[in-house]
Amino acid sequence: MARALPITHLQALLDRLGADGRTVVGPVARDGAVVLEPVRIVDELAQGWRDEQAPGRYRLVPGEPRVFGALLGPQSPKTWLYPAKLTLFRAERDGASFRTTSPDRPPRLALLGLRACDLAAIRLQDRVLLGSGVEDPAYASRRREVLLVAVQCHRSAETCFCASMDTGPEVSSGYDLRLTEVIDERGHRLVVEAGSEAGRAIAADLPLVDVPHDDDAASRQAAEARAGQSKSLRTEGLRERLLDALRGPHWDEVATRCLGCAGCTMVCPTCFCTAVADVTDATGAAERVRRWDSCFHTEFTHVHGGPTRAELAARYRQWLTHKLATWHDQFGTSGCVGCGRCTTWCPAGIDLVAEAERAATAERRTE
Amino acid sequence: MRLAVHKFASCDGCQLSVLDCEDELLTIVEAVEIAYFPEASSRMDDGPWDCSLVEGSITTAHDAERIQEVRRKSKRLVTIGACATAGGIQALRNLGDVEAWRAVVYARPEYVATLATSTAIADHVPVDFELRGCPVDKHQLLEVLLAMLHDRRPAIPRESVCADCRRAGQVCVTVAKGVPCLGPATQAGCGALCPGYHRGCYGCFGPSDHPNAPALSRVWQAHGADRDTIVAALRTFNTAAPAFDAEAKRLEEDR
Ligand code: SF4
Ligand code: SF4
Ligand code: SF4
Ligand code: SF4
Repeated sequence: MARALPITHLQALLDRLGADGRTVVGPVARDGAVVLEPVRIVDELAQGWRDEQAPGRYRLVPGEPRVFGALLGPQSPKTWLYPAKLTLFRAERDGASFRTTSPDRPPRLALLGLRACDLAAIRLQDRVLLGSGVEDPAYASRRREVLLVAVQCHRSAETCFCASMDTGPEVSSGYDLRLTEVIDERGHRLVVEAGSEAGRAIAADLPLVDVPHDDDAASRQAAEARAGQSKSLRTEGLRERLLDALRGPHWDEVATRCLGCAGCTMVCPTCFCTAVADVTDATGAAERVRRWDSCFHTEFTHVHGGPTRAELAARYRQWLTHKLATWHDQFGTSGCVGCGRCTTWCPAGIDLVAEAERAATAERRTE
Repeated sequence: MRLAVHKFASCDGCQLSVLDCEDELLTIVEAVEIAYFPEASSRMDDGPWDCSLVEGSITTAHDAERIQEVRRKSKRLVTIGACATAGGIQALRNLGDVEAWRAVVYARPEYVATLATSTAIADHVPVDFELRGCPVDKHQLLEVLLAMLHDRRPAIPRESVCADCRRAGQVCVTVAKGVPCLGPATQAGCGALCPGYHRGCYGCFGPSDHPNAPALSRVWQAHGADRDTIVAALRTFNTAAPAFDAEAKRLEEDR
């Protein structure tokens, strides 16, 4: 029988997740968007908001009293598991030599409010950062400790296309806890299902009540989200179609609209590129710092003599074809989970799905 | 390292950023000897200097001579700020009739010897490194000084403000509020300060290494900015920076 947490007991969930020193990170409304930030008390959560999304446009508008009413903001699990800026180590002089010290212990995290596509993005990051031969220690240490609390989507945004990427909207695996938020004549509650031992242990400590009528709440809401999803990426043969179009005319056209701002790669939950720099302070101590980088930056491909992708058209092509085509060669899967963040958060409103379709069908340049 | 700080046509704001590094400079005082810095000290030792920081643009014939001398006496020459790297706000004169303005503004215009243009230092002498900003960012300035001291390349990215804005977890003001922002075409370095205060970037670090200014103008227009507004936004501290100047001219000609 389904078990649910009455919404009045939501604090118990936050407290239990935060037990043994974990930082609970959940959806918070800030500066006009829902972002993922540390939360201690229920009042900090983005309750009562709904997100409207379109290419280049995001608005938070008042909605039902849902705690998880806004779907996706500009941040993703990547923000917390693969931080934008990270000190890899510090080095100090020690006589004629030097001594290195490791960075501080990474925080133990509980990520609350993740969606099906977020879990899919974590699976992809696992493949890249843990499963491709060399483990990334910074990611691994965060990933091993994290608790993943997912929420079943009850609707889709205009920019979502997870159904066509086979990554959602059903939250089907990879979570410690799955929550389904239900508001009806019987009240306001979160149906709680455990997907791991850790999840079961947490659920056992929560003041849950039996709710026989909620057995299919998750699948019902997923079906509604699926029915409301209008965007889809035609994935069949997409890799081949894009690679055939490498010399097509489309890239020059999109480069007249693209700002080269790298926003899409920064908000994409699966983009993993970083730059590493050594910096020294006034005393001569040094730090090796890693930051998110992007194939949209010209310095990204700087070799002696200049960048290998000097043209914006070449950089846009790298992003789109890496994500949707050559990821398959590199990691055996598409690099896109269909979350739509790149499209919503592009200041120029460039729509990944539309561009992929146009690029793949544009006439080849005749030379 | 014998350090010199020189002033040309400018507001002194960047030199104040140098002074603002005082605490950090004190810790490296053994390694750095401030040999010439009229703004801060009466000590004005003549060159040669290992490194000269140059603030300000060239607006007089005398300064055009003086920068040659500074270059001759400096092993490394680093320009700091929008004036030195792009001509500054005073480069608005490049578009106007300087003779007429001089006659209107000054009681005895014949006392004012000035060129018709305000130009960047790099238009006159070879420059080893250009540090952007109006004013420059203190942390970037320290980074450049430390890099000079340790003989390494300064870690100063030339990407756009957006990269810092996103990495800082800020919410894009254009997407979430419809506020036009120059960030996508402007070089990073300020830590995406303005969007962090819910307003658009106004370009004080000048163009990034890959600006697409015409595309950005269209984004501004889509959010309701008219041509004059965009031209005014481009024609501020970095008005003479080629990418901003070209786009402002394109918009003006399109009118
Ligand atoms: S490419 Fe765009 S839609 Fe796909 S996962 Fe990245 S941000 Fe989401
Ligand atoms: S799309 Fe660009 S930033 Fe993203 S993973 Fe590929 S190369 Fe890196
Ligand atoms: S597609 Fe959009 S978000 Fe990506 S670099 Fe171009 S303008 Fe920026
Ligand atoms: S607010 Fe401005 S700087 Fe920040 S991401 Fe948006 S366009 Fe770029």
